[in-house]
Amino acid sequence: MKVRIKFSKYGALRFIGHLDVMRFFQKALRRAGIDVAYTTGFSPHQIMTFASPLGMGLCSLGEYMDIEVCSWQSSEDMKRRLQAVCPAGIDILSVRALPDPVPNRKVISAMASVAAASYAVVWKEDGRSFDGCQELTQGFLAQEEIGALKETKQGTTKVNIRPGIYELRVEDGALVFLVDASSSGNIKPSLVTEAFLDFAGLSVPKDGLQYIRLEIYTDQGSPDQPRLVPLEEMGVLF
Amino acid sequence: MQLPDFKNRLALPDRILLSVDKPARYIGGEVNAVYKDPERVNIRFVMCFPDVYEIGMSHLGIQILYEMFNRYEDVWCERVYSPWTDLDRIMREEKIPLFALESQDPVREFDFLGITLQYEMCYTNILQILDLAGIPLLSKDRGDDVPIVIGGGPCSYNPEPIAPFFDLFYVGEGETAYRQLLDLYKENRAAGGDRNSFLRRAAREVPGMYVPSLYEVTYHKDGTIASFLPKEPGVPEKVRKEIVMDLDSAPYPEKPVIAYTKAVQDRVVLEIQRGCIRGCRFCQAGQIYRPVREKRLETLKRTALAMLEGTGQEEISLNSLSSSDYSHLEELVDFLMETCREKKVNISLPSLRIDAFSLDVMGKVQDVKKSSLTFAPEAGSQRLRDVINKGLTEEAILQGAALAFAGGWSRVKLYFMLGLPTETEEDIRGIAELCNKIVALYYETVPKEKRNGPVQIVASTSFFIPKPFTPFQWAPMCTREEFLQKAGLTRHAVHEQLNQKRIKYNWHEADVSVLEGVFARGDRRVAQVILRAYQKGCLYDAWAETFRYDLWLAAFEECQIDIGFYTARERGKEEIFPWDFLDCGVNKAYLWREWERAQRAEVSPNCRQSCQGCGAARFGGGVCFEAKEGAAG
Ligand code: SF4
Repeated sequence: MKVRIKFSKYGALRFIGHLDVMRFFQKALRRAGIDVAYTTGFSPHQIMTFASPLGMGLCSLGEYMDIEVCSWQSSEDMKRRLQAVCPAGIDILSVRALPDPVPNRKVISAMASVAAASYAVVWKEDGRSFDGCQELTQGFLAQEEIGALKETKQGTTKVNIRPGIYELRVEDGALVFLVDASSSGNIKPSLVTEAFLDFAGLSVPKDGLQYIRLEIYTDQGSPDQPRLVPLEEMGVLF
Repeated sequence: MQLPDFKNRLALPDRILLSVDKPARYIGGEVNAVYKDPERVNIRFVMCFPDVYEIGMSHLGIQILYEMFNRYEDVWCERVYSPWTDLDRIMREEKIPLFALESQDPVREFDFLGITLQYEMCYTNILQILDLAGIPLLSKDRGDDVPIVIGGGPCSYNPEPIAPFFDLFYVGEGETAYRQLLDLYKENRAAGGDRNSFLRRAAREVPGMYVPSLYEVTYHKDGTIASFLPKEPGVPEKVRKEIVMDLDSAPYPEKPVIAYTKAVQDRVVLEIQRGCIRGCRFCQAGQIYRPVREKRLETLKRTALAMLEGTGQEEISLNSLSSSDYSHLEELVDFLMETCREKKVNISLPSLRIDAFSLDVMGKVQDVKKSSLTFAPEAGSQRLRDVINKGLTEEAILQGAALAFAGGWSRVKLYFMLGLPTETEEDIRGIAELCNKIVALYYETVPKEKRNGPVQIVASTSFFIPKPFTPFQWAPMCTREEFLQKAGLTRHAVHEQLNQKRIKYNWHEADVSVLEGVFARGDRRVAQVILRAYQKGCLYDAWAETFRYDLWLAAFEECQIDIGFYTARERGKEEIFPWDFLDCGVNKAYLWREWERAQRAEVSPNCRQSCQGCGAARFGGGVCFEAKEGAAG
């Protein structure tokens, strides 16, 4: 059975990299006694995939990992067992079973099904917030073109990121937005934030902002009528 | 909107953590790291491995002591490693004091800073640790406001080149005397004593403790030691190493700390025995850990299971100097293979002799096509192997290789040393010839249709460095030029072989070996060179990318210390060595006998064949009290 695990990452664990998180879970699953499926061969490894790696320094309330298990009791049991072996900085938020793949249809991994992601950006410094920028968001979104420098394999190119920004608002002092996170059109949260700061005429000291990933979405609609749903909703409790 | 906690409670601000390589090195909080309430402990101890995190975290000794200390209710033991050069620069610029990983508290505020000394080339990193911590580099300049700095580990068997930097050395195995030392510390503090009174009492009352400042060294005109004596009565003339005789009940970490970032040793390590029966004459570990003490099979089975459960590691490795000599190896390996198959854990079996048994096991636990066989003949000719007392014969190597080729292996690694005592050009050519014979053997034994790609031999040579407490402690070491010439000769000889295309030859840097030679047999006067080199910017000398031979040479020059005095000079029978005040169990008379036998190319039997009377039997256990082969009863 394929299982989708949603977890958060915060505190000092902001400073461990994506590969470190993978290595952490490989061992955590064993400590928790979860009956994970392995590949065959001389050095078997766990069948495990992750959705959109999180950049160094970011927090998240919506990280995802898919694993395959051979035996299980319940979502609740698996969640409890895994949580018990996690240190401060990683919490298991939900454990759900993914439906069996329909014959002749490609199995979609956590990685491949990502369409969008939402972020909150806040000031690290006490007492500072985006509260005063409420009115500016409409003007920002009204722009037809928002230029940003995007790093690609060929070097940096100037791109228009406006079509990839689906929502942007100020909420509880944080700048909150939903952007394209698909493999073809992925927009880094820092590009949106920098463009907005620029638009608002604000300057921030280096590493003065904390980025928090809130959720990762898949698109269950059609090309003309997208319907974004959180990755966890593709699974069911068991 | 509920946001997660991102408040920084670390010693380094986000800005710095995000600008250095692998910030996970500095945040602590790893799985199985121990946290205690500082208000509820009496003693804060910080254990240091003076190299980068990924290396230090792979070291078993620290994990054992960390476990032991943290089992004590009154002690909180934390860890610290050398900040990498990027953070080193920032900490100096911004005057950020070195901190322990768990509490993130400054090292300077601890009661003890314990530094493990695993190799000589970490000596400048010791100074870095002290410097960044804000602890005066020289013991004599320290007051009561800084931790007691303790050294331990293999290099403390000749602590003299770094003696002025330490308040105290703990000589021998850490499991035995620390409790007594810590109790003394508490007692001394309660009685209003200071650092000096503690060190004095430690030297007098606690076994295995060497306080360098309490000894006086005088020299002859020729620079050799005239006398090495305690400055005051009650301080022992000889410090005997500490040793654990019952390893089964000694503390062992069933839940070692697991690094987030990939450690060099990303696996659980099962120590099966301490010591080695073989007595190779170049090997220090083979002497200082005498006598061999094995752990019981039941202990090992229980520990292996507990460690796998406690860590979730995907690999287990055996640790010992020579695993093949462990009495219950077959049963242990059978058990591990069974368990690991069930748990999908990989097994790695280093230091196994190549024979039918080990090949059978390796064939089951690794991919034969991808793995290679390792032999360590150490010398190219039988004569020289007899000199160094390496029991491996050419016949055994060729037999092992033939078996392995039949089993599908086609890659062979061979390790040799250059510059061994009595070595001739013929011995060096023997290295190339042995490689050639192995290639030829492959073509002879494996029919064309069964060949699994071309055979590949990788021969590596390191340079021989005489070490204290070995029969070669009297031997002259080669100069840098001689080393390079020998490496050139080896390369040339390899090229002359018929099958040279299938042989790859690698050799070590000679510069580092020369320095290692100085530190290995150096005395107190060498400390000023280390200090000078550090001040000139030497750091991470074990790393090729940061090693600065030119700065080291300048430091020697400025301190007027002659490298050749410590390396190339042949020592006489009567010379007092800087490490003679230590008693590691084996005595000098036995070592001298072995040195003489070496010069006659006479081999000595191992401890199980017949006892050589090395002196280690006085510890009252281990292999010395097993029934010997062939002996009645
Ligand atoms: S006393 Fe004999 S048996 Fe014991 S370690 Fe020494 S040589 Fe080996």
